[in-house]
Amino acid sequence: MRKVYHRILQIAGNVITVEADNVGYNDLAEVTSSRGTSLAQVIRLQDAIVSLQVFAGSRGVSTGDEVRFLGHPMRVSSSPNLLGRVFTGSGEPRDGRPSIVDDLVEIAGPSVNPSKRIIPRNMIRTGIPMIDVFNSLVESQKLPIFSVAGEPYNQLLARIAMQAEVDIIIFGGMGLKYDDYLFFKNTLDEQGALSRSVMFVHTASDPVVECLLVPDMALAVAEAYALDDKRVLVLLTDMSNFADAMKEIAITMEQIPSNRGYPGDLYSKLAARYEKAVDFDSAGSITILAVTTMPGDDVTHPIPDNTGYITEGQFYLRNGRIEPFGSLSRLKQQVNDKTREDHRIIMDTMIRLYADFKETLEKQSMGFQMSSWDDKLLAYGKKFEAQMMDLSVNIPLEEALDAGWKILAECFDRTETGIKTDLLDKFWPK
Amino acid sequence: MGDDMLDNNAGRIVGVNGNIITAEFDTHVTQNEVAYIVVGEERLKGEVIRVRGKRVDIQTFEDTVGLKVGDKIEFTDELLSVELGPGLLTMVYDGLQNPLNELAEKSGFFLKRGFYLPALNYERKWEFTPSAAKGDSLKAGDAVGCVPEGIFTHRIMVPFSLKGSWKVVEVAAAGEYKIDDIVAKIADEKGGTADVKMVQTWPVKIPITAYKEKLLPEDQLITQQRIIDTFFPVATGGTFCVPGPFGAGKTVLQHALSQHAEADIVIIAACGERAGEVVEILREFPHLPDPRTGKTLMDRSIIICNTSSMPVAAREASVYTAVTLAEYYRQMGLNCLLLADSTSRWAQALREMSGRLEEIPGEEAFPAYLESLIAGFYERAGLVKLNDGTTGSVTIGGTVSPAGGNFEEPVTQGTLKVVGAFHGLSRDRSNARRFPAIHPLDSWSHYRSIVEPEKIGVARQLLIRGNEINQMMKVVGEEGTHTDDYMIYQKSEFLDYVYLQQNTFDDIDGATSKERQIRMFDKVLAVLESKFKVESKDDARKYMQELRQMFIDWNYSKMDSDEFNALEKKIDAKIAEKL
Repeated sequence: MRKVYHRILQIAGNVITVEADNVGYNDLAEVTSSRGTSLAQVIRLQDAIVSLQVFAGSRGVSTGDEVRFLGHPMRVSSSPNLLGRVFTGSGEPRDGRPSIVDDLVEIAGPSVNPSKRIIPRNMIRTGIPMIDVFNSLVESQKLPIFSVAGEPYNQLLARIAMQAEVDIIIFGGMGLKYDDYLFFKNTLDEQGALSRSVMFVHTASDPVVECLLVPDMALAVAEAYALDDKRVLVLLTDMSNFADAMKEIAITMEQIPSNRGYPGDLYSKLAARYEKAVDFDSAGSITILAVTTMPGDDVTHPIPDNTGYITEGQFYLRNGRIEPFGSLSRLKQQVNDKTREDHRIIMDTMIRLYADFKETLEKQSMGFQMSSWDDKLLAYGKKFEAQMMDLSVNIPLEEALDAGWKILAECFDRTETGIKTDLLDKFWPK
Repeated sequence: MGDDMLDNNAGRIVGVNGNIITAEFDTHVTQNEVAYIVVGEERLKGEVIRVRGKRVDIQTFEDTVGLKVGDKIEFTDELLSVELGPGLLTMVYDGLQNPLNELAEKSGFFLKRGFYLPALNYERKWEFTPSAAKGDSLKAGDAVGCVPEGIFTHRIMVPFSLKGSWKVVEVAAAGEYKIDDIVAKIADEKGGTADVKMVQTWPVKIPITAYKEKLLPEDQLITQQRIIDTFFPVATGGTFCVPGPFGAGKTVLQHALSQHAEADIVIIAACGERAGEVVEILREFPHLPDPRTGKTLMDRSIIICNTSSMPVAAREASVYTAVTLAEYYRQMGLNCLLLADSTSRWAQALREMSGRLEEIPGEEAFPAYLESLIAGFYERAGLVKLNDGTTGSVTIGGTVSPAGGNFEEPVTQGTLKVVGAFHGLSRDRSNARRFPAIHPLDSWSHYRSIVEPEKIGVARQLLIRGNEINQMMKVVGEEGTHTDDYMIYQKSEFLDYVYLQQNTFDDIDGATSKERQIRMFDKVLAVLESKFKVESKDDARKYMQELRQMFIDWNYSKMDSDEFNALEKKIDAKIAEKL
């Protein structure tokens, strides 16, 4: 039996300190107080002093409460029995069914050897032209949706998840409103996907430390499934809550903040999670779709900024549409040369002309006379927004490309597009 | 080494905070020496970074989960070093020079903690040809012989750490040797002796300076990127930086440079960036032909790969590992290009460590010594004259990932002070899909272009003027702009479209040789300097768009092919049309 400690020296924020020996860094402990038992994790060792982060929060913990060290770091079950189940951030069942303790794996495991990764090669079709044509989603990609509060980002996330062809969906919810949690659960259920899903949910009213665990738990399970040759899609919403939880804890720990109060290792911490996205050489894959809400629609805010440097692109959701500017899929080049030979040229040309349209729009709103070229651009921009950008459009890639040529031909002469002559000969509608 | 020695150099953990370990030691420690933390079977590598009284702070290159107060520390008394010798080329290493492919064979999908392998193959035999003879007087860095390594002649040199002049006592006969075999014995004036092996070690944070002198970099390093070679050139032995917000195409540009730059050796340091990007290089380079040698690109490359999820302290070491390998090949008279992506991640690793050490933070919590470290790193580049009179070079290109894309931050500013060329990427240009998104007005280079400065001057003036007119048009509108001005604007757009922009993903347009650039630029200049007779702005726009179309087709045609020549004639005719 492991030793039990009864004297808590300090309680500050969610961190308690005890004097103890033979404790491993990052090991778990059980803290039993009058409010019940909570897990806690060792976050600092200094001589005989052990600092622990209490998952359920330190409220109600008394200096005389019991601390028992478990002798191992945080673990989660990776058994197939997880499918169809809902858990909290610390791995407790949320659905009233028994807990699962077989096939335990440590969370936040080591990173994949880059030489065991392969170049992603499978496009994930979504039926959304702004994704399929302009920023193709690729299996094993890590991609966030950048958005402001109030946009239908959770709906978009759910729609992509439902249309994507994957074996298993792992959902990680951080700081979710309870109704958002129910929305996801119901959507999965209605589409018959719940039986191949696992949910780790931290709602806004749960203890903040549990929020920190959600991505690690979800990704550890995803990794186990992927090694078992499954194609896994991980949904993480909202990663900004995760970063804010990290900030909260770093400040309590008196760490020197780097930028707007966020800890200096925000980049590494986010990267450690997102980098779990992988296409294994001779095993399955993990694709990560996340939501990052941007405070004040400011992309230079530390959370979206650091995220953008880590992920393989991002979808900007603004005014209910995926913005062509700023949205990016870094992996699209891996797949969009194998779809149809006009895919890339349609992608580049339409965006470039849309940028010109935006400029013309600016000129128009300032009251300048419109040249004949400007008129063409204005007509083009309207069509582009209605037939391509609108989120209600749900057509396969090939139809979307045909629609692109049609719009170009309706608005411009051949030479005005800047497209190579041989492609024009082949695809320009007669 | 006896047990006494071991005990003398031991210590115990007294604190753990993230990847920083505090330990108590028995006798003496050296700043920056390597220490191992012993946990059961595992030995975790770390580096001493601060000494205070009887306690040291050690940054570990591994995850610290499960470490306990009281765990044993072994000090090695050696600085963090790399192995140098034949066989480095084509290798893929992590930041501490562990070979990743070999690790994968031994430990599978994941990077197992505390699992290290030798950087070089100690079993493989190399065909040694001696070049020094008994009695020769040699200095550190002088060759005693050579072995063929792929297409290169790999010099076997007197260890760089030896000081003064050494006499050759014995040289091995030509034949096959392993890297650990002694190929020469040398002695100094005082009677000290030393063995020369094919492999030697060198501490990564100290520059290799076994050469005669540093020279001024003058020749261009041709990158086959038009906007770089013509407008913002890089010199062989020079330095350049590529700052840009995310999504502006830093990595794509670095890939293009790694493929097309005309250097002998390319070393890619993927420092704290995405693993996926390295994988592309890892998987593609062995199959991509190097047009200059006929071999694959991998045959001239070394990849140092410490991606963002790998331990932070090793990230800090990785750029030094990379530059040390580059300096090693420079000693053989080769031109090496080091591409570091991204130096901001390296700076962030420094910041994380500085924070854990509770140092007084500088701007944006970066350590106060950041600038001098950046300067020290870039200063390791250079064109040098070796002891035998030949030259070798290290060119360093670093990307910078400024927070929020704002160049007024410590890493960008610290870098701009010390580099010779600045390729600033702009979000506006990348949003408008104008790639490479190097900003033609903000960027600069101190080096000489492949095109005469007067011609560049004309083009630059036009770009500046075109930009002014564009700004003006936003205020007064197209109708308020004079047709001549409008034509200048159209010409600047034309220059941008057909010359500055380049399609990396096209086999032909992706790489433009020096000769082709010079020829193309003259043609573009002919358009820019012509006074076209146009009737209206619409006419001007239409005419320039047609010209643009022809140039784009020309860009995509193989140089000197029939199509190429035919298009050139068509262009000449088109230019003459409105004269």
